[in-house]
Amino acid sequence: MDRDLLIISTICFLAAVVRTGIVLRSRVFRPGKFNFLAIGLGFLFQTAFLSIRGHALGRCPLTNLFEVFIFLAWSVALIYMLVGPAYRLSLMGAFTAPLVVLLQGFALIAPIDVRHPVKVPANSSLEFHASVSLVAYGAFALACIAGVMYLVQERQLKTHQLRSIFYHLPPLTDLFAAITRLLWLGFILYTVGIASGFFTGRPLPRVQVVAAFAVWLLYAAILQGRYFRRIAPKRVAALCIIGFSAALTLLWGITFSAQTHSVP
Amino acid sequence: MNFFCVGLSHHTANVETRERFAGGAGAESTLREAGCAEALVLATCNRVEVYGTSEKRVSTDEIAHCLLQNSEVSDRGHSEALPFYRYEAEKCVQHLFRVASGLDSMVVGETEILGQTKKAYQSARTSGAAGPCLNRLFQRAFRVAKQVRTHTEITRGSVSVGSVAVDLAQKIFGELGNCKVLVLGAGETSERTARALISRGVNDLRVSNRSNDRAQELAQRVGGQAVQFDQWSQQCCKIDILITSTSSEAPLLTPTNLGPMLANRIDRPLFIIDIAVPRDVDPAVNEMEGVYLYDIDALRSVAEQSLAVRRQQIACAEAIIAEHVADFLEKVSCELSRASRITGHPPVADSSLRASQL
Repeated sequence: MDRDLLIISTICFLAAVVRTGIVLRSRVFRPGKFNFLAIGLGFLFQTAFLSIRGHALGRCPLTNLFEVFIFLAWSVALIYMLVGPAYRLSLMGAFTAPLVVLLQGFALIAPIDVRHPVKVPANSSLEFHASVSLVAYGAFALACIAGVMYLVQERQLKTHQLRSIFYHLPPLTDLFAAITRLLWLGFILYTVGIASGFFTGRPLPRVQVVAAFAVWLLYAAILQGRYFRRIAPKRVAALCIIGFSAALTLLWGITFSAQTHSVP
Repeated sequence: MNFFCVGLSHHTANVETRERFAGGAGAESTLREAGCAEALVLATCNRVEVYGTSEKRVSTDEIAHCLLQNSEVSDRGHSEALPFYRYEAEKCVQHLFRVASGLDSMVVGETEILGQTKKAYQSARTSGAAGPCLNRLFQRAFRVAKQVRTHTEITRGSVSVGSVAVDLAQKIFGELGNCKVLVLGAGETSERTARALISRGVNDLRVSNRSNDRAQELAQRVGGQAVQFDQWSQQCCKIDILITSTSSEAPLLTPTNLGPMLANRIDRPLFIIDIAVPRDVDPAVNEMEGVYLYDIDALRSVAEQSLAVRRQQIACAEAIIAEHVADFLEKVSCELSRASRITGHPPVADSSLRASQL
């Protein structure tokens, strides 16, 4: 039953992706409400899934890699719904939906939804640590998407080849400001997430701590370069993409290799 | 309802002919005296058209004569055949929808024509020259134009060099209110571009020219400040947009001399509009990080790309118009039948009666 909700949610996000593909093929990108509505609907189904799963588990649904991926996809959609109005909604959605489809599609196809044989008691501080960290990942994901939009816009301006989508992208400086805000949001949440990890009352696995600090340092370096104007906007945009890819890989590694982290 | 449109446009007549028929304030009343039940004159720099309804056919010559009577330009010495076109009923409706949507304009998709059409309509409504028939026709035309603009890309992008430059500036910086602009060379084109930027919110404009007097003059005209020509390179660290159009034979800006100027502004883009021929800026500058260089050919190419997209969109716009023409005629015909049933009159081809039925 709960997986059905997730499938419907994925179909909603997929509809946004297909619609974007069609309009881009016709070489005329026209923003509309469809993407926002499709993502909004997908988000509702995601929320329903997480809620049902959470009730069934009696805790925050972050007990295996499958749930971590869905929670991450939910965080991406949540941050998009919250900050989307600062950009052009439908266009940001056009870039957000494929990422969510990728995350959810993978989670649904891969055999990673392994139920824990023993019902695990709730641990609020650990759940807080995990969920805040994942919402931070959502902000990093959106920064990555804004980075892609920046690079697309920048490339077209450099080559003088302005395609239909160019006219619907926000101005470069606005996009860069959005990237910076998202990076700060993600970084603050991630810092809170890491700090709260020390108060879970459980022993800290060294590999996970090192990996988490590596991601933290990477984003700290990006923000430091941005703050002291040492890194050009184009490089910051590219680093957001690299940073999120690295963070995603690490997240996988953490969850996959250390069940103790995801299954308290 | 016998709609008709008689007119001439940039397709059929040169500007000299068009201005002869541009008509004065009284053209609409003269047309009504000539037998038009309702009349509206749409006179713009590219067209002079009369839209009307009449009980019996008012000939094209008569309409032309009415326009000439009210013309402010002398008609002496003109005896050639008049290049007027005439559209009746469905063709007239279709033509108006195309005109209002900018499909019949010299620059396809331009939106100024819609404002001009609305103005002409308001004027005819106020004077009483436009009645219920034209009211219905024009209201629908405005709806069609809006739909065409919303559902196609017919108005996308800019098609003139000046507006392309301004649009690009907005695509890079967003709000131009905080942008600092340096105009290098006090030529006519740079003045036009600077004025276009000012019209979009630029407040800080500096002008530099080999002749300081000309720089001062231009700065005064556009409300900027003059900068000595030997100091322009120092300004490059502070500005966001550079418009250059000097008559220098060698490039003024190259990666070598621009590099140090940009060292302290790594997080701020620089938009360079080089409208000089020969060019003032080495094309290699465009490869530098955060620098966006557009020379006159690049600006023209962007304008042409926009125009090409607009042309591609004509078919979509025509489809919307065709749908509306069919729907409009069907609705009018239905209402006529209903009105004739109520009044007991058969639906005759008498336009004034039809208008009163409506």
